[in-house]
Amino acid sequence: MITSEEIKKLAELARIEIGETEMEKLTKDVDAILGYVGQIKDATGNVSKNVPLLSNVMREDVVTNKEGEYTEKLLHNAPKREGAYLKVKKILG
Amino acid sequence: MIDLRNLTIKKAHEAMKNGEFTAVELTQEYLRQIREKNDELNVYLEVFEADALKQAEEADRRFKDGSAVLMTGIPVAIKDNILYEGHIASASSKILENYRATYDSTAVKKLKEAGAVILGRTNMDEFAMGVSTENSAFGVTKNPFDTNRVPGGSSGGSTVAVAMDGALVALGSDTGGSCRQPAAFCGVVGFKPTYGSISRHGLIAMGSSLDIIGPITKTVTDAEILFDALKGLDPMDSTTIPENLYKRKESSKLVIGVPREFLKMGVDERLLANFDESVEKLKALGYEIKDIELPYVKYTVPVYYIISPAEVSSNLARFDGVKYGLHVDAGDNLLQDYYKTRGIGFGPEVKRRILIGTYVLSSGYHDAFYNKAMIVRNLITEDYKKAFESVDLILTPTTTGPAFKIGEKLSDPVKMYLEDIFTGPANIAGLPALAVPSGFVEEEGKKLPIGIQFMAPHNNENFLFEVGKKFLNE
Repeated sequence: MITSEEIKKLAELARIEIGETEMEKLTKDVDAILGYVGQIKDATGNVSKNVPLLSNVMREDVVTNKEGEYTEKLLHNAPKREGAYLKVKKILG
Repeated sequence: MIDLRNLTIKKAHEAMKNGEFTAVELTQEYLRQIREKNDELNVYLEVFEADALKQAEEADRRFKDGSAVLMTGIPVAIKDNILYEGHIASASSKILENYRATYDSTAVKKLKEAGAVILGRTNMDEFAMGVSTENSAFGVTKNPFDTNRVPGGSSGGSTVAVAMDGALVALGSDTGGSCRQPAAFCGVVGFKPTYGSISRHGLIAMGSSLDIIGPITKTVTDAEILFDALKGLDPMDSTTIPENLYKRKESSKLVIGVPREFLKMGVDERLLANFDESVEKLKALGYEIKDIELPYVKYTVPVYYIISPAEVSSNLARFDGVKYGLHVDAGDNLLQDYYKTRGIGFGPEVKRRILIGTYVLSSGYHDAFYNKAMIVRNLITEDYKKAFESVDLILTPTTTGPAFKIGEKLSDPVKMYLEDIFTGPANIAGLPALAVPSGFVEEEGKKLPIGIQFMAPHNNENFLFEVGKKFLNE
C-alpha cells in the first residue's frame, strides 16, 4: 500500500508540484496501478535469462555544424534569455 | 465534386496525372471538409491552410514537369507529436502549447521530398499517453460514428481525420497500440511497423524502446505506400534498422496462428463471434489456420505499464521551463520554477506515469519492477519467436470491445490500460502489426466499427500487406 507521503517524495524527485486534492486521487490511482503491474512477480519459468539482442551504433564524436548555426533558432523558443544564454534563477539556496 | 470517400493514393495520383483534378483542388476539397466537421469532432488542433496550398501548387508543378511520385500532392494529416519546422508541435500538452519545431522530423522531411501536402496537426492524448484522446489538454476528439463515444487513442485525431474524409491518409505514432486501437474504433486501417523501420527523429519521445510512427489509412495498399515513403535507415536515429538486420521469412502459403487461450481475456462476445467469422473468411481465402500458445503474453499489460512509465519519467525530465515550452514563475529559485512549471504544465495521466516510472526505477524497487519487467519482456518476445517457427501471422481481435463512451473509463486507469491487451505485445516485442476493419456491432441504434489485428515476424511487413489486402478485397 503506497502512502501519500511516498507520493509526495516521488513528486519531489520528479520535480512536480501536486496540490492537496490531486494528491488524494493520485495516491489511490498509483496504488491501484502498482498493485496491478505487481502481478509480474508471479511470472516464473526461465526468468534468469535476460540477454537482449542489442548492439551499439556508434558514430565519430565530431562537431557537425558551424559555430552558432542554430543558436538563434533554438533560443527563439526559450522562455527567458540574455544574449546567447538561457536565463534561470539562482540555483543554490 | 471529388469523391473523397472512395479516394485512394493511387486513384488520386492517376486523377492528378490525367488532369481530372489538380492537387490544389484536392487540397481545397479536404480543407472544406475540415471546416465543415472540425468544430463538432475536434480533430485538428491547427490547420496549416496557407502552407498546404503552397505545397499543393508545388505538387501541381511536379505533375507538369513529370517529377511527381505516388505521394506527390497527397493531403496528409500529422499527429501533434511529429515535428514540422516552423509549426507548433504541442503533443497536446500545455507544457508545449506554444513550442515551435526548430527542425523537420525525418518523417516530415520525407513527406516534403515526396511532395505531399501537410494539412495540419491532429489532436491526441497528451504525450501519446492514453487510449481515448480524453487526456488531451485541448479537449476530447469525438468518434464520427457516435459523437458520445471516444475515437480511441492516442492517435485519435489522425484517425478521425481519415475516417471523416478530413485527410486522405495520416501519420500517427504507436507505443502500445496508438495507431491500431483508434483505427478499430473508427473503421479504418492502422499500421504499426517493425520497431526501427521508420525513424523516430523528430517524434516527441514517450517510450523510446516502444515508439514508432505509423500510417493510418482507408486501405492496406495506402498504408503500404506510406510505409515505403517513410521507412529507412536514418543517421539521426541510431535505433533505425538496416534492411538485412532481421532475415525476412519466406513462405509460399501463409499460415495464420490463433492464440485461443489469449482470446479469453475479457473480449465482448459479439467481437468473438465476429472474430470467428473473420477466421472462416480467411480459411475461404485459402489460408491455413493453426492454434498456437503464447504462455507469457498475459503479462503484456503489466510489463508495458512498468517499462513505458519508466521511459516516460526519464524522457519527460527534459521539460523544465528553461529551454523551451511553458515557464511558470514561482519563487526566488530555479527549483520552485521547476515544480510549478511541471505541476501546471502536465495533465493527470502524465503525472501518474512519471510518478510510477520514478517509483519502478527507484533503488528499493527496480529489481522487483523494472528489471523483472525487462526479463518478462524477453520471455514474451521469445513466445512470439517460437510461435513464428510454425506460423507466419498471428491473428487476434484489435480491441476487446467497440468504442466506449466519453468519460466511461476515466475514473479507472487500470481499466483504461487494459485497452492495450491485444495491441501491446507488438510494441513489447518490436513486431509489425496491422489492424483492419472486420465489421460492426450495434449499440443504442448506432453502428460501431470493430476490427482484427495481424502480427508478423520482424521485417515481414510483406505478409501483413498480402493478407490485409486479401481480407479487405483490395
